Amino acid sequence: MADFETPKFREYPVVPELKPDAMAGDGPFVSRAEYDEDLGYPGEMPENWKEKTLDKMQDLLGRYRSFQVFMDSCIKCGACTDKCHYFIGTNDPKNMPVARQDLMRKVYRRYFTFAGKFFPKLVGAVDLTEDVLKEWFNYYHQCSECRRCSVFCPMGIDTAEVTMAAREILAHVGYGQKYSNQIIQKVYKIGNNLGLPGPALEGILEDLEEEVEEDTGVPVKYNMDKEGVEALLMTPSADFFAEPHIDGLIGYGKVLHELGITWTVSSKASEAANFGLFIGSYDNIQRVSMRIREAAIDLKVKRIIFGECGHAWRVAYSFLNTLAGPFDFLDQNYPVPQHILEVTYGAIQEGKLRLNKEENDHLTMTFHDSCNVARASRMGDKPGGQFDIPRAVIKAACNNYVDMDSDTIKDATFCCGGGGGLLTDDLMELRVKGALPRMEALKKVTDEDGVTNVAAICAICKSQFTKTLPYYGFEMDAIMSVHQLVSEAIVMTGSEQEKELDGVEEEAKDTEE
Amino acid sequence: MSAFYALLFTVAFLVLVIGLAKKIYQYSRVPAPLKIPVTPAPLTKGGVAVRLAKEAILFAALFRSNKWTWLFGWMFHMSLFVVLTIHLRYFIKDVPEWLVLLQPIGKYAAFTMIIGLLGLLVRRMFVARVKYISSPSDYLWLLLLLVIGLTGVTMRFISHTDIISVKEFSLGILSFNWQTLPMDVPLLVHLFLVAILMILLPFSKLLHIPGLFFAPSRNQVDNPREKRHIAPWAAELEAEKNKMQPK
Repeated sequence: MADFETPKFREYPVVPELKPDAMAGDGPFVSRAEYDEDLGYPGEMPENWKEKTLDKMQDLLGRYRSFQVFMDSCIKCGACTDKCHYFIGTNDPKNMPVARQDLMRKVYRRYFTFAGKFFPKLVGAVDLTEDVLKEWFNYYHQCSECRRCSVFCPMGIDTAEVTMAAREILAHVGYGQKYSNQIIQKVYKIGNNLGLPGPALEGILEDLEEEVEEDTGVPVKYNMDKEGVEALLMTPSADFFAEPHIDGLIGYGKVLHELGITWTVSSKASEAANFGLFIGSYDNIQRVSMRIREAAIDLKVKRIIFGECGHAWRVAYSFLNTLAGPFDFLDQNYPVPQHILEVTYGAIQEGKLRLNKEENDHLTMTFHDSCNVARASRMGDKPGGQFDIPRAVIKAACNNYVDMDSDTIKDATFCCGGGGGLLTDDLMELRVKGALPRMEALKKVTDEDGVTNVAAICAICKSQFTKTLPYYGFEMDAIMSVHQLVSEAIVMTGSEQEKELDGVEEEAKDTEE
Repeated sequence: MSAFYALLFTVAFLVLVIGLAKKIYQYSRVPAPLKIPVTPAPLTKGGVAVRLAKEAILFAALFRSNKWTWLFGWMFHMSLFVVLTIHLRYFIKDVPEWLVLLQPIGKYAAFTMIIGLLGLLVRRMFVARVKYISSPSDYLWLLLLLVIGLTGVTMRFISHTDIISVKEFSLGILSFNWQTLPMDVPLLVHLFLVAILMILLPFSKLLHIPGLFFAPSRNQVDNPREKRHIAPWAAELEAEKNKMQPK
């Protein structure tokens, strides 16, 4: 199907040679008016697009300190140039973070700085033309806003901020991206990214209840729109039907049931994801976030718990309080919002969950840190909890665990290649190539340590891995949810698994006597 | 000629101070509407101070990123800092003892500074990735600093200049009592380029000096769940939302 070559694993991780314009092109599908107008964008390019572009740029320079400071403070030291997975996978120099920023910076300099106004050639400033705009659209949709470059930048420049600003500017002149805008519109119209209507969702959840009861003999509830329960579960809609996402959802249900935490999903806010982040739109991030507040109020819950989703957790952890708070009507004894892993980890620490690790003995796991969790959020009460807690939970559920190379995990983790609004088929070449560094690290632990599977806590990562693993010679189901492992290992009170385990012990005693 | 230099430095000083102040004012005025520290991030303001100090003094992120760039970059910056410090003697009438003691160490800092600059220049010229992202101004800055360093070394070790007169000249500028400057070529070049650097700093990438401290990715405290963070322009959007309260 693909008209491109999957990159070969590099023998040594040497910095690739530059191949200018390797990824030149028109970029992803352009959005249409029918999607844009609901999001507050014009839908088509106006006559005075140039003026509007510069106006919006000026507006954002006055609204975001990050954007203003980052336009000025780059020293072109080159520290970031070999850090982007899209550069490593495509060799296109415009995918070097600094070069990506420069697409915007050279226009910033031309119109907003003294040096660029009077000595454009000297400082590399250029006029804003239609070609520049096209280049923005193409290359700002080859950034997954993963922030890896910012970790290595001596000035702390976060290319994600520049990418978001670029996308916001483009959308304001009718040059938005179809994938993200269409999805946000679905959230407004139907309640989730996938456009699953309430009744369909209810059917899925009922099936899950049956399935879990059949497997375990325990009537675990997967409620929708149930008022007065303790917690609202916000989870990415992929958790309702995609593999391995749904196995994670089954796991959340089991954990919450065992802990006696009643919970529900909301049909109105049946989506944790917030693609407003990807398009850099404060208004849309806020509008999507407000659904969560409204659902929490409507359903009279005391807590909000988030499922496994990377950027959703960034928005939830870092922005929800700001955008949709204050949440003084919720139980303040729990963090608002709370990650399902914080719940599970806490319960394991307190000895409230019984996990039979042997259920996962056929697996040797590794963990892929999702970029938005790793570099834009936290779990627990210590910096770095976002690395330790998922690993602790995996290790509590599995006997065999190996980390990938230290420069490819934790805050140096490589993006899966599909984040930031790029998880669309029209960007498949980019997604496969961008996955290269992660696949190399995975290949290494597979060959050297016998790793069989990789766990992730992000719906986008899971979907992206499912698609890209086969390109690199892995099985597509090598990717797993963290709560899938918990789900396999958990021994719920009164379950068949409990009877089987304890029964076996009794038999063992019998034979000893 | 002396009057020209005195005037030049007065202007340069004003441009530097006013330009930088304006830029710092701008940075402080533009809001940071969302919490975006790159995590793991400190949980307290003290922690943020340590994080920024590590970046400003040790170039911690750069060290992690690229050892060669770090080596040359750090060498250049630290040497420049020492060199600038020993130049204080031209602006202080009675030079304090610590500054006198620093002089012998300081004079070698000029060499490490030049080595650092040369390393950065070679890297910019020959590493394809760095060459790709360089504009003419990126090379010119390095050359400018190199010539400043080389003329300084020339005066110190080869063709000595009358530093007593230089000191009278610099003190004279401070007290608006202009004095004569020795007419040595290395000195005139050295001073002219320093003035150029001072004038251009607020309009160039040398804004990385304040920029480093204003990056929200590094200077924010990681406490968004505990503390609500709201920008002035975001507060306007609040009004509408506040209509929605639990019944």
